[in-house]
Amino acid sequence: MTARPRLGRYGLRFFALGYLAILLLVPVGMVAYRAFEPGIGAAWDSVTTPDALHAFYLTLLMVAIAVPANTIFGIGCALLLVRTNFRGKTLLNAVIDLPFAISPVVIGLSLILVYGAGGWFGDWLLDNGIQVIFSIPGMVLATMFVSLPFVVREVAPVLQEIGDEQEQAARTLGANWWQTFRRVTLPAIRWGVAYGVVLSTARALGEFGAVAVVSGRLSGQETATLYVWKQFQNFDVAGAYAASLVLAVLAVATLLAMNAFNRKEA
Amino acid sequence: MAISVEGARKQFGDFVALDGVSIEVPHGSLTALLGPSGSGKSTLLRVIAGLEQPDSGRVLISGRDATGVPAQHRGVGFVFQHYAAFKHMTVRDNVAFGLTIRKRPKGEVAERVRELIKLVHLDGFADRYPAQLSGGQRQRMALARALAVEPTVLLLDEPFGALDANVRKELRQWLRRLHDEVHVTTIFVTHDQEEAMDVAGQIVVMNEGRIEQAGSPRDLYEHPRSEFVMSFVGAVNRRGAMFIRPHDLEILLVPAPEAEEAMIERIVHLGFEARIELLLPDGQQLWAQMTRDEAEVLELADGQIVYARPRRAKVFEPNGEPRTEELAAA
Repeated sequence: MTARPRLGRYGLRFFALGYLAILLLVPVGMVAYRAFEPGIGAAWDSVTTPDALHAFYLTLLMVAIAVPANTIFGIGCALLLVRTNFRGKTLLNAVIDLPFAISPVVIGLSLILVYGAGGWFGDWLLDNGIQVIFSIPGMVLATMFVSLPFVVREVAPVLQEIGDEQEQAARTLGANWWQTFRRVTLPAIRWGVAYGVVLSTARALGEFGAVAVVSGRLSGQETATLYVWKQFQNFDVAGAYAASLVLAVLAVATLLAMNAFNRKEA
Repeated sequence: MAISVEGARKQFGDFVALDGVSIEVPHGSLTALLGPSGSGKSTLLRVIAGLEQPDSGRVLISGRDATGVPAQHRGVGFVFQHYAAFKHMTVRDNVAFGLTIRKRPKGEVAERVRELIKLVHLDGFADRYPAQLSGGQRQRMALARALAVEPTVLLLDEPFGALDANVRKELRQWLRRLHDEVHVTTIFVTHDQEEAMDVAGQIVVMNEGRIEQAGSPRDLYEHPRSEFVMSFVGAVNRRGAMFIRPHDLEILLVPAPEAEEAMIERIVHLGFEARIELLLPDGQQLWAQMTRDEAEVLELADGQIVYARPRRAKVFEPNGEPRTEELAAA
């Protein structure tokens, strides 16, 4: 062992940790610090007002619809992309990444163009009494849109890697499509699915731009992130920090829950 | 016949994997599909299993047309080169898979799985995961899993291809003994002619999507119908139009009729066998095979000039029966 590689190793660690600290830990730590600055009781009160509770309820509703929907779609889509060959596969592959590429604000505006008054389906939907834009269905759509690629992108490489021999073996042993999927494919890709779910959840929890546009920022239609922004603009800085902290705790809790689940499985 | 394939054709893009293949596999036999890579042997096996659909032609299993029947309902056992073990299941659950899919009663499944695990000598490994097994053990587990559903035919795709040489030898003898015990009609794919000769009762030699010849190992070795079979089944020297097995090349110390002058380039000792590598004046290389004792009696040495004479040679006429020339006086 010479001194230089060791110096290099410590230097690299110092750089990586310092980078993380400046970009992530310090700002998040500051949020926590500022949230509790007025006292724990005050922080608790500010996140348990009816407005705040409603905002958290809406955020959880978005997650509860968008994440399962995108998980089912994502697994199906990954199977389609990896296990089959069809015309337009390249196109589908590219389209799935659109939510990564397009700014959330643009996503929100595009949803208004399609589902809003004067939009492609908007008038028909309004005539039938379904209001999508400036209403909760639109916010769900926006959340689904922005969190769509995660499960596909996590599951597809895992499917590729495990290959299809196990599935073929299951078929020769008499398993039908569903039995093969449930007993062979799904257990083999569960890590990819779990990670995709965590990322989708985090994204759905944190979405701001697209939801802000389609919600119309009307009262009673605020998710937690919109609520944070509103409190911040209304000079209730402590309330904004406290709500932010709850969001952060929710995200971290998802990660930990998934980790615990995986550890039990493995 | 347990399996009949009639005129199977299969194309992948421009590549013709099967070019009108017909074979017959009798009940209870142990058959090898032998050929180089790309000869269509694995495709043929997958067509029989229903994992691949032929573009045309028919597959009959126990006399019934199974061409349109999906793999799931064909009642075949399939063993893959890379085991295809269910990695998240224990050995016991892997072997039980086909039976639980068929919703057999629990007690019956447990009993049958115990028997099979014993049959493949994995007693004591039932609660292990595939990752905790060696390659040979994994392949034995895959075999037990395939046998569990009592298949009408057992299909093995290069079953020993991913294993070490000595494990491979051990497993193929074990497979032959297993076949004597279980008597299930078995077809296995291999590119190793020694493996095919060692294990199979019947060998089907394939090349470029067609069947070159089918027959018993001895029949193929002694009566090859084409240059391809002659050179693929067993070693061969080629001298002009003549194909000479290395053990049919006699080495003489003095000139004789039909014998050609040659220089010994190298002598290789492989246990009881000795290989004499020869260089002819025109630059061609041949080799002769003899026992160690024979080589010792001749007192051969590197660089020595000797005379090589084929005892027996095969000549393949362009349009006609191959002919065997008995050259040396006995």
